[in-house]
Amino acid sequence: MSNALFTYTLRLADDLLILSQRLGEWCGHGPVLEEDIALTNRALDHLGEARNLLTYAGQVEGKGRTEDDLAYLRMERQYTNVKLVEQPNGDYAHTMVRSFLFDAYHLPLMQALLKSTDEQLAAIAGKSVKEATYHLRASSEWIIRFGDGTEESHQRAQAALDNLWTYTGELFESDAVLEEMTKAGIAPDIAAIKESWSKTVDQVLSEATLKRPADAFMMTGGRKGLHSEHMGFILAEMQHVTRAYPGAEW
Amino acid sequence: MSNNPNNWPLWEIFIQSKRGLEHKHVGSLHAADPQMAIENARDVYTRRQEGNSIWVVLAEHVHASRPEDAESFYDPADDKVYRHPTFYTMPEGAKYI
Amino acid sequence: MTEVKNLEELFQAKIDAEQKIEPKDWMPDAYRKNLIRQISQHAHSEVVGMLPEGNWITRAPSLKRKAILLAKVQDEAGHGLYLYSAVETMGTSREQTIEDLLSGKAKYSSIFNYPTLSWADIGAIGWLVDGAAIMNQVMLCRTSYGPYARAMVRICKEESFHQRQGYEIMAVLAKGSPEQKEMAQDALNRWWWPSLMMFGPTDANSPHSAQSMKWKIKRQSNDELRQTFIDRTVQQAEVIGLSIPDPDLKWNEASQHYDWGAIDWTEFNNVVAGNGPCNKERLAARNKAHNDGTWVREAALAYAAKKAKRKAA
Repeated sequence: MSNALFTYTLRLADDLLILSQRLGEWCGHGPVLEEDIALTNRALDHLGEARNLLTYAGQVEGKGRTEDDLAYLRMERQYTNVKLVEQPNGDYAHTMVRSFLFDAYHLPLMQALLKSTDEQLAAIAGKSVKEATYHLRASSEWIIRFGDGTEESHQRAQAALDNLWTYTGELFESDAVLEEMTKAGIAPDIAAIKESWSKTVDQVLSEATLKRPADAFMMTGGRKGLHSEHMGFILAEMQHVTRAYPGAEW
Repeated sequence: MSNNPNNWPLWEIFIQSKRGLEHKHVGSLHAADPQMAIENARDVYTRRQEGNSIWVVLAEHVHASRPEDAESFYDPADDKVYRHPTFYTMPEGAKYI
Repeated sequence: MTEVKNLEELFQAKIDAEQKIEPKDWMPDAYRKNLIRQISQHAHSEVVGMLPEGNWITRAPSLKRKAILLAKVQDEAGHGLYLYSAVETMGTSREQTIEDLLSGKAKYSSIFNYPTLSWADIGAIGWLVDGAAIMNQVMLCRTSYGPYARAMVRICKEESFHQRQGYEIMAVLAKGSPEQKEMAQDALNRWWWPSLMMFGPTDANSPHSAQSMKWKIKRQSNDELRQTFIDRTVQQAEVIGLSIPDPDLKWNEASQHYDWGAIDWTEFNNVVAGNGPCNKERLAARNKAHNDGTWVREAALAYAAKKAKRKAA
């Protein structure tokens, strides 16, 4: 049980950690100052939630690992984030579509986790739900602006959607860990999250005059630590100072 | 001010820091529409929990008095001291007034 | 002519009486121009200043440091934004002001043309660069132009953690492993002199200073601020066991200040002239962000126009 809880918490954490790492790349390079600030807020929110989850995962594991041990000193195969969040930023439409697809999953997940039988996860969700509500609203608005804005923005948003769609299936995969967590009332029923996600996506895409891609082949592997080639570079950049000075305090 | 149609318009931002207080001008920012202006104001001007409620007004819709009118606008109030509570002498010993 | 002279006298009288000048007040053309130049340079410095530090966000060695750095660089975007707004009150749009930066016409603080080569540089920037900047900014909270002073009050409030987080990074490194301490000392060696240059030319060689003091745009001279900065920083370096890279540095009992060595103004002039280590990279990065953002800004406007039209219909 504690093993499954550790894995489950780590999955929640890794999605946010890696997405935050990606969003942090934008800081100082946004399309307009106001957006630079908004995007950094998003990165900060995700990072804050990731830190809470990593700290908790370390406690559940009971081997004395801290948030930094888990963030910086695992090998690539031990990261369990979905491939969606490790995809490169691309243009602003690609970044926003990636966030939108994630936000539409993250919000109902956090709302459901409020009722988790695991008090700590419920408490973390309590803080995240407010942030996630705002994130989804803001990314939805950008998808609508792009879709219903200019011809160029419409094309860019549609291209991003077509490119990223194959990574959305992984958000709703189930396996023995998730089943155990759901049975224990710790994790919510993932089918219900998917339903909510699907509804949000349809609603926003329709207002944005964008086409929902067909559910063809869905990428998988992230939860088992099988990532895209991008992941190695993300970790190389993220970990190199920490690993170059083993045991150092910062 | 340049009126290049390709620029996002300028908005003046008013923030109420606590329920019951007035909305106070905190600065300005650019946004394409009112909704975006409110969200940008949230991100720009309330990063340290300074806000409870936000008003945004297109800067071009703000009309200002002219400084050279200041005398005719405000000086007449100078000799109306009776508008201020301290103008009145209260009998000694009277409370809560 | 006499009328202009009277207006100028009235204007100077207001300044002398410590009254703030507000956007709609009459002001001499030179005052306006001087302010637009100074505030926009200040705004550009905040925005360009995001780059050398942003460079380390993805590499910060702990999650706590990563969060602090994100928040700090974000603050700088906010500060740039407040200052561009202050320029706008003088009738120059942000777009125009930024255009001057992107074309290379406008200046920004030369310090940001130096590279950040190690994690300790993030500490050194916070401690020294923000430390130097704060001295200027605290003074500017009392500057004569109202919107500028108000922006500075806000900025100073937010900046208060910036210097402290940098000094803390340095302190932790200095008492860490020998390699960490070496990293910290190396960063101090590289950032010390450029930080002193941040206060600008010596008073004798500062072309705008006298007029700026008279108009109370500036309230303390470059040399005064520089001396205060040195006095404070030397003590702080001692506390954490790092040494200031200046062989001529010596306490002067008579003046109650530190005496210090000569600044290499040739280097300063070179960096100002565009030949610093990173001038090209900084401008290229700003231009790229601006150009890549064009379609985003257009899309938002196009959508806003459509929405307004639908609402009217």
